[in-house]
This record gives sequence, C-alpha cells and structure tokens, in this order.
Amino acid sequence: MAEVAVYGAWASPLSKRVEIVLKLKGVKYEVIEEDMSNPSVWLQNYSPILKTVPVLIHEGDPVVAPNVILEYIDETWTGNPIFPQNPKDRAKARFWIKFIDEKCVPAVMLACWGREMVQQMATQEAYNCLKALEDELRGKKFFGGNNVGAVDIAAIFLALWLGVIEEINGVKLLMHDQFPLLSRWVNDILSCSIIQETLPPRDQLITYLRTHNPNSFPSGT
Amino acid sequence: MGNDELILLNYWPSMFGARVRIALEEKGLDYEYREEDLLNKSPLLLQMNPVHKKIPVLIHNGKPVCESNIIVQYIDEVWYDKAPLLPSDPYQKAQARFWADYIDKKLYDSGRKITFHKNKEEAEEGKKEVLEIFKVLEGALEEKPYFGGENFGYVDISLIGFYMWFHAYETCANFSIEAECPKLMAWVKRCLERKTVSKSLGDPKTVYEIVLKFRKKLGLD
Repeated sequence: MAEVAVYGAWASPLSKRVEIVLKLKGVKYEVIEEDMSNPSVWLQNYSPILKTVPVLIHEGDPVVAPNVILEYIDETWTGNPIFPQNPKDRAKARFWIKFIDEKCVPAVMLACWGREMVQQMATQEAYNCLKALEDELRGKKFFGGNNVGAVDIAAIFLALWLGVIEEINGVKLLMHDQFPLLSRWVNDILSCSIIQETLPPRDQLITYLRTHNPNSFPSGT
Repeated sequence: MGNDELILLNYWPSMFGARVRIALEEKGLDYEYREEDLLNKSPLLLQMNPVHKKIPVLIHNGKPVCESNIIVQYIDEVWYDKAPLLPSDPYQKAQARFWADYIDKKLYDSGRKITFHKNKEEAEEGKKEVLEIFKVLEGALEEKPYFGGENFGYVDISLIGFYMWFHAYETCANFSIEAECPKLMAWVKRCLERKTVSKSLGDPKTVYEIVLKFRKKLGLD
C-alpha cells in the first residue's frame, strides 16, 4: 500500500471531501474503491465502529470519520492550510461544517427524497439552512474567505449532489433569485480545477443515484 | 490573554454545558455563569446563537463560540499554556476527536429514548443502545485510568457530563449501569474525584425529578 491511502467511494461526498483536501495539499495517495452497500473486510478492520468510507490510512494507521480526517490531514501536512489559523475562526469553521453535516444535508435530503407528509416541513427546514449559509457567504468569495477552506470543502455536497438530487426528484431548492450568493459560490467552487478533476462526472452520478438508495450514503460522522 | 471576559450561557442539567464548565475549570479560568430557562430563552442567547438558539454558548470578549465540543477545543487552543486537554500528536488528537464525535452522535439520542420513552418498548430499546455504547467505550478505555491515558482530557470531558443522567436512565429503564458496566463506573468515580468535575456536575437525583416533570408536561405519564 502507498504511504497514504483512502478507502473511499466515488459517489460519496464525504469520501470526495478527503480526496479534495489531499489534492489541495499535493499529497500523493491511493484510492481503494469500496462498495458502500457492502463494506470489505479490510474496511471493517480499519473502521470497526463506523464500518464506512472514508477511512484514511497513513503509514498503516487508520483515521476515521470525515471531519476528524480533515483536521488530521491539515495538521500533518501543514502547507496550504484549509482551517483558519486563529482559534476563533477555526471554531467558526468547525461550527459551519457541523451545521452542514448535521442540519443542512439531512434537511435537503428529506426535502428531496422524503415522503409527502414530511416534505413540506423538511423543505422549510432546508430553506432555513440554505439561508443561514447564504448569510454566512456575505462579503466573501468562499466560506474560507478569498481561498477555498474546510467549510467550502464540506459544502461540496451543495455544489454537485444537491443539483443532482433536485433533478432526479423534480425539486428546486437552491434557486438563484433566493440564494444568489450560494448560487455564485457553486459556480466558483466548481471552477476550481482541483475540485473539478476530483468530483465524479455529473451524468454518472445522476445514473447512480437514480438506481441507488441515497440513504446508503455513509452518514456524516 | 490579559483581561478576558468570559460568560457561559448554560442550563445546569445539560451534559453538553458540563463539558464547557469542566474545561474552564481545568484551565483555572474565571467566568460569569448565567443560567438559561430553556422555555424562555434570553435575548442574549438568541442573539449569540441565532442558528441553533441552544446552550451552551461561551461568550469570549463579546464574541460567541457555540457547540460544546467546539467550545472545549477553542478553550484548549486559546489557553494552550496550561492543562492541555487534547494530545499534541495529530494521530492521538484524531483518536480523541473520533471518540468525542462518537459520544456526541450516539449517546444523547439513545439516552433520550429512555428518559422520554412513549412506551416500555422504546425504553428497552434505548437501554440496549446505551449499554452497547457503554461497552464500546469501555473497550476504548482499556486498562487506562482515563480515555486519554494517564491524564484527564477531551474524551473524558466529552463523556462525564452524561453521569448526571445515569440515575434517570437507570430508573426509567430499570437497570443498573454499575452492574452492567463496572469499568465505566470506576472511571466515573475517578473523574468525580477531580474538583473541576464535581463542581461542574449537578445532582443526578434532581435531574431525574426534572425528567419526571417534563414527562408529565409532555403527557408521557
């Protein structure tokens, strides 16, 4: 195995999060592709509690949980930091990442995939989450300021996966006139060459998500 | 770090608020404690945590930091010169963050199934889940005095606040945590010997009385 390896899945936004950070830092790594619905014995050994992607293997030792991995990478390969240097801004970044993973993405998923009964409430919740992120972008190009940071990378779900599940379900949440800053951010983040080359092709993702239960995505931990 | 103004907005039974109190005490920091009525939240709380409107919130020189584990890390990073709460090695830090994250994601929800159960089956389910989580945590503790090894630290702080709720869990689901998880209880007793912990935790019997009051209010009893 290479010095750095990622047990990942091409369709998983959490997995891609890790790959993007490694690429931004110029860290060479190997991807070991996992089937999200059927984790390999290796993956289960390295991640006995979560049993899910992504898992980072560094010099043979596993690091699990996407946001734990992100901080580990930032602290180990210190060039091109993705987390702010000062504690206050770092706390804010951690706050928004947690918000995206625990509030925003679940609300958006429920608003798109949920049954009629929950959909209305979930849609309102999704709008509230997107509004909070819209407000956070005010005066900034990226959540990280002038450069892509950890929050932008965590929000990558909104840049690609959201549009895909909106299309599949005939739902539109991220409307340009309601969320002009977020919409502009989506274009800007997808224009970053490193991010572009790491993300899965849109049409491939649409085909995959049409036939696979999105709840088989590993949940954010 | 001369004249720091620290205000903690909290609700004393909160296992999350307890984390922040313990961290502040471990660092020997002076702070103003303000008790919130969760049914009548103060304008300050709503202003300082507009996204979640939840305690705990640490206000440091007028600026808020939200989410308990994020606050504890913030405290550790700002007052880095005394009583380190997280390991300095990135890999050890990643392990600590993983366990705190695991506790965050699992224990509260399963515990809530016990205390706010709608029927016996739900309480039983909650009890099973809580015991499974405790067994996993006992495994992580191994034969060490604390989760971090020789020193009390981040993971211990993340978990010990839940001790306030043990009596409520035991009484609502009719079981003994001491009988089922003696290693965990030995760790609890060790933590309670620390003044920083004992002064930060409220009385478990009073927590149970509050649970009963809320159960009545919610029409569960």
